[in-house]
Amino acid sequence: MAEFEPVLLANIHKDDSHTLRAYESFGGYAGLKKVLGSMSANDVKELVKGSGLRGRGGAGFPTGLKWTFLPKDHPGPIYFCLNADESEPGTFNNRILMEEDPHQVIEGLIISCFATAASTAYFYMRYEYPLAWKRVQAAVDECYAAGYLGKNILGSGYSLDIFLHRGAAAYICGEETGLIESLEGRRAWPRIKPPFPAVEGAFRKPTVVNNVETAACVKQIVDRGADWFRSIGVQPDPNNPRDPGSFGPKLYCLSGHVEKPGCYEAPLGITVNELIDNYGGGVWKGRKAKAAIPGGISMGLLTADEFDCPLDFAGPGKHGCLGLGTAAVVVVDETVPMVDFLHNSCQFFAHESCGQCTPCREGTSWALKMMNRIKGGKGRLKDLDLLLEIGDNIGIIPGTTICGLADGAAWPMKNAIRKFRGEFEEYIKRTNPDGYMETHPVPVLEIIGAH
Amino acid sequence: MATVLVDGQEVELAAGERLNGIQAAARVGADVPHYCWHPGLTVVASCRMCLVETGRRDPATGEITMLPKLVPGCQTPATDGTVFVTKSEKITAARAMVEEDLLIRHPIDCPICDKAGECSLQDYHFEHGREERRADLKPFTSRRRELGDTVTLFVDRCVMCTRCVRFSREISGDAELMVVNRGAHEEIDVFPGFPLDNKMSGNVVDLCPVGALGDRDFLYKQRVWFMKSHDNVCAGCSTGCSIKVEENQDKVYRLKPRENPHVNQWWMCDEGRYGWKHVHDPSRVTLPRRVGKDGFENVEWSTLSGELDAKLSASKRIAAVLSPHLTVEEAYQLAKYVRGIDEQALLVLGPIPTEGQDETFPNGFTIRAEKCPNRRGVEEVIVGLAKALVTWDDFLGRLSDEAFDAVWVTGGYKSNWHDESVAQKLSSVPLLIVQDSFASPLWDAATYQLPSATFAERDGSYVNHADRLQSFKWAVRPPAGVTTEGQLYWRLLKSPGLYNSRAVLDELTRELLYFSAAAGGNGDCGIDLKSNRLA
Ligand SMILES: Cc1cc2nc3c(=O)[nH]c(=O)nc-3n(C[C@H](O)[C@H](O)[C@H](O)COP(=O)(O)O)c2cc1C
Ligand code: SF4
Ligand code: SF4
Ligand code: SF4
Ligand code: FES
Repeated sequence: MAEFEPVLLANIHKDDSHTLRAYESFGGYAGLKKVLGSMSANDVKELVKGSGLRGRGGAGFPTGLKWTFLPKDHPGPIYFCLNADESEPGTFNNRILMEEDPHQVIEGLIISCFATAASTAYFYMRYEYPLAWKRVQAAVDECYAAGYLGKNILGSGYSLDIFLHRGAAAYICGEETGLIESLEGRRAWPRIKPPFPAVEGAFRKPTVVNNVETAACVKQIVDRGADWFRSIGVQPDPNNPRDPGSFGPKLYCLSGHVEKPGCYEAPLGITVNELIDNYGGGVWKGRKAKAAIPGGISMGLLTADEFDCPLDFAGPGKHGCLGLGTAAVVVVDETVPMVDFLHNSCQFFAHESCGQCTPCREGTSWALKMMNRIKGGKGRLKDLDLLLEIGDNIGIIPGTTICGLADGAAWPMKNAIRKFRGEFEEYIKRTNPDGYMETHPVPVLEIIGAH
Repeated sequence: MATVLVDGQEVELAAGERLNGIQAAARVGADVPHYCWHPGLTVVASCRMCLVETGRRDPATGEITMLPKLVPGCQTPATDGTVFVTKSEKITAARAMVEEDLLIRHPIDCPICDKAGECSLQDYHFEHGREERRADLKPFTSRRRELGDTVTLFVDRCVMCTRCVRFSREISGDAELMVVNRGAHEEIDVFPGFPLDNKMSGNVVDLCPVGALGDRDFLYKQRVWFMKSHDNVCAGCSTGCSIKVEENQDKVYRLKPRENPHVNQWWMCDEGRYGWKHVHDPSRVTLPRRVGKDGFENVEWSTLSGELDAKLSASKRIAAVLSPHLTVEEAYQLAKYVRGIDEQALLVLGPIPTEGQDETFPNGFTIRAEKCPNRRGVEEVIVGLAKALVTWDDFLGRLSDEAFDAVWVTGGYKSNWHDESVAQKLSSVPLLIVQDSFASPLWDAATYQLPSATFAERDGSYVNHADRLQSFKWAVRPPAGVTTEGQLYWRLLKSPGLYNSRAVLDELTRELLYFSAAAGGNGDCGIDLKSNRLA
């Protein structure tokens, strides 16, 4: 496969790429000038709609369509929240954009706000991103000084303020309504929907929430056109009328057991194998891969046999995964016990469950306690069934929770146990030869000091 | 008109009626278990106990399309064509899951838990839970801490429904309660130095579906299944909250609010809730006495009414002070009785105790400054019979130039309601009958001392500040030696048999126009007496 010429990451290695001076020298803010000079908000909306851009935050929702959910002719204010909370394990594409090319994000954000008639944007940034914070704040300051932000931008009559908001350091702050609650100063407890944020979001006003990479794509679409965007990626499946296709370049975060981990830009639809071989330099130390997370840990697990899975919005789902998610691929080599993998995953979700919904709060906590015990050599075959039962029953898909965190917790359980059941059983029998057949409750062992 | 289909049965919604799945199901008698939802609080749909199946019925074809996933009944509105299914394998499994989840870390200390017997977790577990415990956890931590002077938190019994938190934010408004920590480490708590301390705090105990919030006043005093519950009306202020008096063997253990959309919704204030202690106060007066040759001597009730009747009949000028703590039936009977002897008998409205200002909470609940239940009712009895209202102060003023042969004073106040000077003003009255529950200067100055009943012992009706009349029956018998006002007046009026407050009210509705709307029963929530005036 021919090496793809990066667009979103085109400038990140250039000197002072994070500064306005450098950004303008690469042609930055020309798109904004074009938009403000010659396009209406509706033109931009239509352009983005026509590009087929789908949100990069995890759910892959068509961006232009989301914008049209805002109430028509609303007297305002309409708010725009840029979701930079990036805390899906394995994911760091937003971070690279914010640290190395913050102006690209801000330009995309200004254009998105113009398109949605938002006059205030909240840039909600993950707490643990100090450099990104510094660079984005500096970039915003530069923009105010240069007239790209503030009152009457570039004489267009359009005004916009961006407030950088430091996140509350929890995974759930990235869920769009958790983000809004957190922004308003409360616990990031996701809201029940409806109303959706587009109708009633931040401060009870219509609100758009988009991801950082989504904003960057908007800027590229304005520069290069919808046709360019649609020329990259995967066309809709003709057999599935509801598939809107997967267009555009995507930032894949490749990590785990590969020779060259990193954030790579490739057309949507690249396979796991291609990503590992063409970008990652192969599995590290010449070992064999055993599995990979297709798009953040929430999405589940692909076995090495499934690495021909195309990483577009529809691909991972065909292999029983939840979806493309954040396109963060974490490779697991043959030396890693799946018990360890699942234990780690359970630990994450039990720690991050916001605790509102009974099935998520208790399900993730119970799952972790079981994994603690299994890992500690007191597992029972029955535990695998219990874990699967939890996995099959928590989440917005079965309808038992408010937000998708629980689905994300469920998928690694379901995929790991269903795809590697033999390995789990072997581990349990080997480490608990006397008790693996037991079916009655046993007292928990706090063998691993999991929180 | 909107039609909703619940478990195959059609439910018609009235115009503008907004029900959720739980409420719609209740219309066909289907009970959807729930923890977090409460009709008086915002919907959070987080406990997931109320999961049901839903879909839509096509109005044209009648074809039903169901959603593949479960939905919370509390969050799903019933609109025209909505279909709800509350019984299915999927729902049964979901309820079993939530019950199992909630019991994983629960201490299951029902034997020592105050809520046992009225606990949703217990009840739902028996109905929807699994028969065996599958969780591999020892849940045996049972921590408790005080949230404030009124409420204790049993931390590990909490099911995180957040009703208490929402109450403190949405209803009482002080927002003292909060959730701390995350996930399974979550707990209810207060901020250090800011305890649960508001005038409605006790309501969180009623709201708590489990035994996590304990009422410190009630804690460990009584198992709930031993108590009987009696509908009553709070006598604490002129709001007149609908309440329940809960007692065992004539001892009151607690008061609880009773739902009344016209008055108090689901709530009551702490002052009312804990304001029943005088009922069992050992210093209550319980023996009728009269002044004899050597001071006070006991009288038998059996001879007392004849004796009073004889003495009053011999009096020319009579005044009766009608306390705003009397029920309208009692006030009317006494007024009717004295006016039967002296046609011009002066009817006086007893003192109206007030304290501070009316206090309104964010949702509109108001604690009134007027600390008596029935000013309006007694006022209207007086105006209806005497055409003029004489207040207590008017009366005291008139005493200097008007002589009375007999004065009958009713009290029933919880605390001191007059001072020595009042007793002095009345001391020259030849026949001074004082009916009260506690000794006082007037009591000591009386020629007849008649122990009176408290609210929990009375039968009758109060009229609240907004002209709503609510009737109730006694919850406990008065202490030995006390005859209730209603019973004594009934006897004085020579009515047959035992005091029947309904019969008195019926008479009142015929005699006095103001009360006419109460004719023929007035329901659990009482009746708005203004409704007739508008007509
Ligand atoms: C538990 C959870 C965490 C999430 N975290 C993030 C995040 O960190 N960043 C993000 O952009 N979207 C996150 N999302 C997705 C957002 O809810 C939302 O779909 C997204 O921000 C929309 O942006 P997009 O349309 O540009 O994709 C998360 C969702 C869930 C359920
Ligand atoms: S699913 Fe989990 S994380 Fe999401 S709202 Fe419910 S408890 Fe919170
Ligand atoms: S809260 Fe309910 S289930 Fe828990 S101990 Fe009390 S009575 Fe038992
Ligand atoms: S203390 Fe009671 S009311 Fe409050 S959240 Fe817990 S269970 Fe609900
Ligand atoms: S009652 Fe509906 S989710 Fe709690």
